[in-house]
Amino acid sequence: MTDKKLALPTEHCETCPAFHQLEQMGFKVGNFDRVVALAGNPNTGKSTLFNALTGLKQHTGNWPGKTVTRAEGGYQFNGVRYKLVDLPGTYSLLSASQDEEVARDFVLFGQPDCTIVVTDATALERNLNLVMQVMEITDHVVVAINLMDEAKRKGLEVDARSLSRDLGVPAVPITARTGEGIHTLLATVADLINGDIITKPLRVQGTPEFQRAVRELAPMIESMAPGIPNARWLAIRLLDGDSKVQQALVSGELAQRVARQAQADVQFSRKMSVEGRQ
Amino acid sequence: MEANKILAKAETLRGTLSTGFRDEIVKSLYSEAEAIARRAVKPVEGKRYDFDQKIDRLVTSPIAGLPIMLILLGIIIWLTVSGANVASIALADVLFAVGDWGRALFVQIGAPWWITGFIWDGVYLALAWVVSVMLPPMAIFFPAFTFLEDLGYLPRVAFNLDWLFKKAGAHGKQSLTMAMGFGCNAAGVIATRVIDSPRERLIAILTNNFVPCNGRFPTLIMIATVFVAAAFSPALTSFIAAGTVVGVVLIGIGFTFLMSWLLSRTVLKGEASAFTLELPPYRRPNIARILYTSILDRTIFVLWRAMQTAAPAGAIIWILANITVGDSNLARVIADWLNPFGLLLGLDGVILLAYIIAIPANEIVVPTMMMVYMGTGTMINGPGTSAGIFDLLVNGNGWTMLTAVNLMLFALLHNPCATTILTIYRETKSYKWTVISVLITLGTAFLVTFLTASFARLMGWV
Repeated sequence: MTDKKLALPTEHCETCPAFHQLEQMGFKVGNFDRVVALAGNPNTGKSTLFNALTGLKQHTGNWPGKTVTRAEGGYQFNGVRYKLVDLPGTYSLLSASQDEEVARDFVLFGQPDCTIVVTDATALERNLNLVMQVMEITDHVVVAINLMDEAKRKGLEVDARSLSRDLGVPAVPITARTGEGIHTLLATVADLINGDIITKPLRVQGTPEFQRAVRELAPMIESMAPGIPNARWLAIRLLDGDSKVQQALVSGELAQRVARQAQADVQFSRKMSVEGRQ
Repeated sequence: MEANKILAKAETLRGTLSTGFRDEIVKSLYSEAEAIARRAVKPVEGKRYDFDQKIDRLVTSPIAGLPIMLILLGIIIWLTVSGANVASIALADVLFAVGDWGRALFVQIGAPWWITGFIWDGVYLALAWVVSVMLPPMAIFFPAFTFLEDLGYLPRVAFNLDWLFKKAGAHGKQSLTMAMGFGCNAAGVIATRVIDSPRERLIAILTNNFVPCNGRFPTLIMIATVFVAAAFSPALTSFIAAGTVVGVVLIGIGFTFLMSWLLSRTVLKGEASAFTLELPPYRRPNIARILYTSILDRTIFVLWRAMQTAAPAGAIIWILANITVGDSNLARVIADWLNPFGLLLGLDGVILLAYIIAIPANEIVVPTMMMVYMGTGTMINGPGTSAGIFDLLVNGNGWTMLTAVNLMLFALLHNPCATTILTIYRETKSYKWTVISVLITLGTAFLVTFLTASFARLMGWV
């Protein structure tokens, strides 16, 4: 049945070679080659995209906060197996609520090979704040401009190229509900991971004093927790006086988390996504 | 230690920065985002951009907002009640006929009486009851609810109810978790993660059980149909039954507010915190997907869970009913022993026994109750019809209107099912709050039913 292949394949899918390149793997993510995270503001369709890619039925709903747990699934694209992690929607990575922490910890310590930030084409400006925060943490970012159909209905035209140029990372227009643009998105993710696409994320520079402070602090963090991927971001958080990051540093939790989340199999939990059904 | 050195360094470096440097950065982040978005997004023409806003102005208006919510709730429950009634009877007819056939077959091949009884009068009967009582309402309620959810109506509910929750000292997002509770209280408890403040989250967890979940709706619907609506003309049955269930739901919401208020004034003192909640654009729900997820995924999942508890429960009841003690049986003895306490609450011993057996899943309360009753009397009109149930309960077992009303109140207020209790523990990581969540609900249920029963008796109504 075609339904099994992609959420709602259009008739074009059948003839498109990409249709056969994507294989949904559902929960079979024991052996995977790459880890891809799905981040984004609440209610931008992360779970819809997750379902379309994995063939799983993470519950979706039109309200912010629907996904509060981290759901994981798998898909195979061009023979490479990907583990996909659906994160709770967040407006920022700075706040303290539990769902935001789940998202932040994974992007920060989980070291996904690529983070797809799903954005709402009809409210791009607000969504870009999170995109830029994620880009502070990692270079490996692909922006998915979702809900293109809705934008069209509202009479908005979104120029993905302009966005991509300004942000310094690829931006791909998609409509997760119908599956439109998903192939391009996956190809972009694959290229980025392979190094065929080099990103140069836009980062807010701040004042010269600020830049110098970050330059001095970041190496100290790196030498304390070798292998930490986001020393720059942590340095900024420390300069900002983020008490959670301070605590994590002093208690040694930071180093632990690096070790724990870097483990190949981050406690994949079928149970969680089943019991987390909402 | 090195960590402290880093902290000290950060402290010194912070001193070199102008105050409010972070605000500067955030500001430049925002203006950068704005500029990028302005370059990338171009409005083609100003068409139907404010259509959503027009609808929102209506459904979130101070005057029309609450009535519209009530009407939608009424429609969903009416659809569920009227659709489920017919389907439940049809399903019961088929399933009980299969049971009769199976029993006859076993007798024919000469199986021992206790095997026939255990399988067909115990396990199978409980399963048949659960399926016929639960499947139809769920198969209607879940898609209808998911439709509203996909449409984007839930955040509007939160918007409308925000001031009430604020008055109760609770978080406005509690209306979202409350709404999830209608589907399943365990899911509602998990959904409280969207609430940032631990105090308000705890309030949301402790009060989630006051909205009836899908496991309890069938009980409410059955009692409302068989008792309350039976007093009116048949044409009105489904409306009266739906109205009754809506009333019970509203009582539950009332208790949610009351208990939230009490908690935030006593053990969980504090002010309601402010928050922003986006009103997402309305989205056209994908009907095929709704049917698929809500029926195959939610309905079958919940039904399967209910069947897993119903089968052993059926076995236990059959065994209890077949262990003879003197000239009675064990189920009866326990029920009789519970009876004085049950009567005090306007219920009876069998109902309490059913609730004890149904702790793993509330879905099986009605089946358990019916099976214990049927152990002592036989149904005249067949178990599937309202008249048959009415006859069994009223003439056979002395039910009154008070029993019916108090059973509905008890179903609404009593302790969470085992799954929910476990979820509460997992979310709070505290035995104390888990126990409190059970005591609060059970205490409320006992108190309220005791007061209604006493009041009704005082007034000489029963």
